[in-house]
Amino acid sequence: MDKREVLLEVQNLSKFFTVNTSFFGRPIDVLKAVDNVSFKIYKGEAFGLVGESGCGKSTIGKMLVNLYTPTSGKIIYDGVELTALKQKERRKYCKEIQLIFQDPYASLNPKMTIGDIIAEPILINKILPKNEVEKRVNYLLDCVGLANHQRNRYPHEFSGGQRQRVGIARALAVNPKLIVCDEPVSALDVSIQAQVLNLLDDLKDEFGLTYLFIAHGLNVVKHISDRVGVMYLGKLMEVADKNELYNHPLNPYTQALLSAIPSVDITHKKERIILKGDVPTPINPPDGCRFASRCFRANDKCTEHCPELKDIANGHFVACDFCGEINTERRIILENKQT
Amino acid sequence: MAKKKVLAAEGADIQEAVVIEKPESRFKAMWDTLKKNKAALFGLFVIIILVIIAIIGPYITPYNPNKQIMNDAFQGPSANHWFGTDNLGRDIFSRIIVGTRVSLFVGVAAVAFSLLIGTVLGSIAGYFGGKIDAVIMRIMDIMLSIPSILLAITLMAALGKGIDKAIIAIGVVSIPEYARIIRSSILSTKENDYVAAAKVLGNSDGRIIFHHIIPNVVSSIVVRATLGISTAILDTAALGFLGLGVQPPTAEWGDMLGRVRSMVLVHPYMLIFPGLAITLAVLAFNLFGDGLRDALDPKSRS
Ligand SMILES: Nc1ncnc2c1ncn2[C@@H]1O[C@H](COP(=O)(O)OP(=O)(O)O)[C@@H](O)[C@H]1O
Ligand code: SF4
Ligand SMILES: [Mg+2]
Repeated sequence: MDKREVLLEVQNLSKFFTVNTSFFGRPIDVLKAVDNVSFKIYKGEAFGLVGESGCGKSTIGKMLVNLYTPTSGKIIYDGVELTALKQKERRKYCKEIQLIFQDPYASLNPKMTIGDIIAEPILINKILPKNEVEKRVNYLLDCVGLANHQRNRYPHEFSGGQRQRVGIARALAVNPKLIVCDEPVSALDVSIQAQVLNLLDDLKDEFGLTYLFIAHGLNVVKHISDRVGVMYLGKLMEVADKNELYNHPLNPYTQALLSAIPSVDITHKKERIILKGDVPTPINPPDGCRFASRCFRANDKCTEHCPELKDIANGHFVACDFCGEINTERRIILENKQT
Repeated sequence: MAKKKVLAAEGADIQEAVVIEKPESRFKAMWDTLKKNKAALFGLFVIIILVIIAIIGPYITPYNPNKQIMNDAFQGPSANHWFGTDNLGRDIFSRIIVGTRVSLFVGVAAVAFSLLIGTVLGSIAGYFGGKIDAVIMRIMDIMLSIPSILLAITLMAALGKGIDKAIIAIGVVSIPEYARIIRSSILSTKENDYVAAAKVLGNSDGRIIFHHIIPNVVSSIVVRATLGISTAILDTAALGFLGLGVQPPTAEWGDMLGRVRSMVLVHPYMLIFPGLAITLAVLAFNLFGDGLRDALDPKSRS
């Protein structure tokens, strides 16, 4: 497994927002949008990042594409520590990591034709000589399933699904290696979602891409991802291969999320785990496990200290100190499988 | 294989396509709204007439606007002199026609001046935020705290007389307004994902401001500028009235008012006609500007 090449590694990444400062500029309330998160993304895979709205998924994505500067931690891309670079050097890596936005209505400049929207990044990054740009734009339109003759139209003439295709073509225009797909289908009609997901899946092979695929539910990433990370309130709770995670979730939060997906399998009717309470605010979060206030397995120690994300075995990471017996059980199974 | 799937997806997506409006129809929609607004149409009509007069005016005046014929002084409106003659025997109608050019030119040029500087300052403040924003906007606040006509008078006193100086004085005075409006437009526009996308795709800050943000705030700028011209015309007249505008004998509406202000009770016609010209021009730009705002603001469009 570890023979796979790491394309992106995130180490202890945090992003805090100061939401309230005292008169003298001292931060009073700190919003911990992303708190000490580490994970790896291997070349050619799709890494799904799942969690309820507001848990910090987009913030991670924005740090990867240099829209936010991390408060602390490292982003290592292809062996280069991006977070150590000067802003000018950092910008050179911009085109390597692209972003597909959640809202296809806000992510296209309404005053530009879609042809110009796709051509612009090619021109400003001098990816191709001017006379070849048009051909490239036509090719990209074709790749995302739009017709060439639509290139002179404006974004408002297109449907949400088509706009998202334009956004995908624009991201592809700079030949990126890694694309952060930030809930790319959640704003679309259910009937269109599958089409765009399939398109992204196809393009991944065609262009040799690696994805960080963000979604708020485990059902969306089930098809497209190879590995999945589950986030809760700025923390990664569990990371594992897709099948491992869906079949043997260890963290209580992951178990709760999975139990919420309606099952088609009648013989294995799952017990639905209903979480009590609402997601707490990420402003000045307590020291203990972030999930403690809602966890059905929480005990007193959970509020005392925050469990770290630990590799149980075979690349299955869990942050939960009190699923000990279950974890050990699973480790033995995994280790036996390996040998 | 992959390709086939993509194309199949396109076929399905086409049903989803809703053609909302054609690009050129956006202008048409604006025009349709404007057409229904009679006041705005009247404003536009007057503006067009004023522009035509400003261009051809000097060639069509019945009299030489600057020629003093003392025998003809103090004549009330008549068939010969429609608006009468002033204290120096100059034809008021001819002077008003010639004055149109000055008023419009100063109005438009002053707005262009303050728009240019206001756009740069407002863009920098809004886009970069932080300290630079605080510094720029505090300076603007200080300028706004001084009554604008007082500031303009002070500037004129420092710069001296003349149309070019009037343009600068009036222009400088309204910089804060433009800087403010552009800053706030930029603040809201820069939150759009397409600005973030432009950043991620490697656009420079300058390119983001001028290619991605400004084109999207242009409509609010146009509205403000149209309304601004009326203010500038009024300011020009005020400076002229105070004797700080154009050099004599150049005809300028405010100057025409100011020179004969002591005779208002005896010869009211001398003030009425230049006053009406100012009012009409100011009203026209205000009405048209208001109509433009309603037409461009999608919220007011049903
Ligand atoms: N620019 C910002 N300033 C302050 N708070 C922010 C900012 N961006 C995000 N946040 C906060 O960080 C948290 C995580 O946001 P986000 O990453 O967008 O969540 P997600 O994408 O998982 O829904 C939220 O509580 C959000 O309010
Ligand atoms: S550490 Fe405690 S609260 Fe957190 S997930 Fe595990 S059992 Fe639940
Ligand atoms: Mg998000």
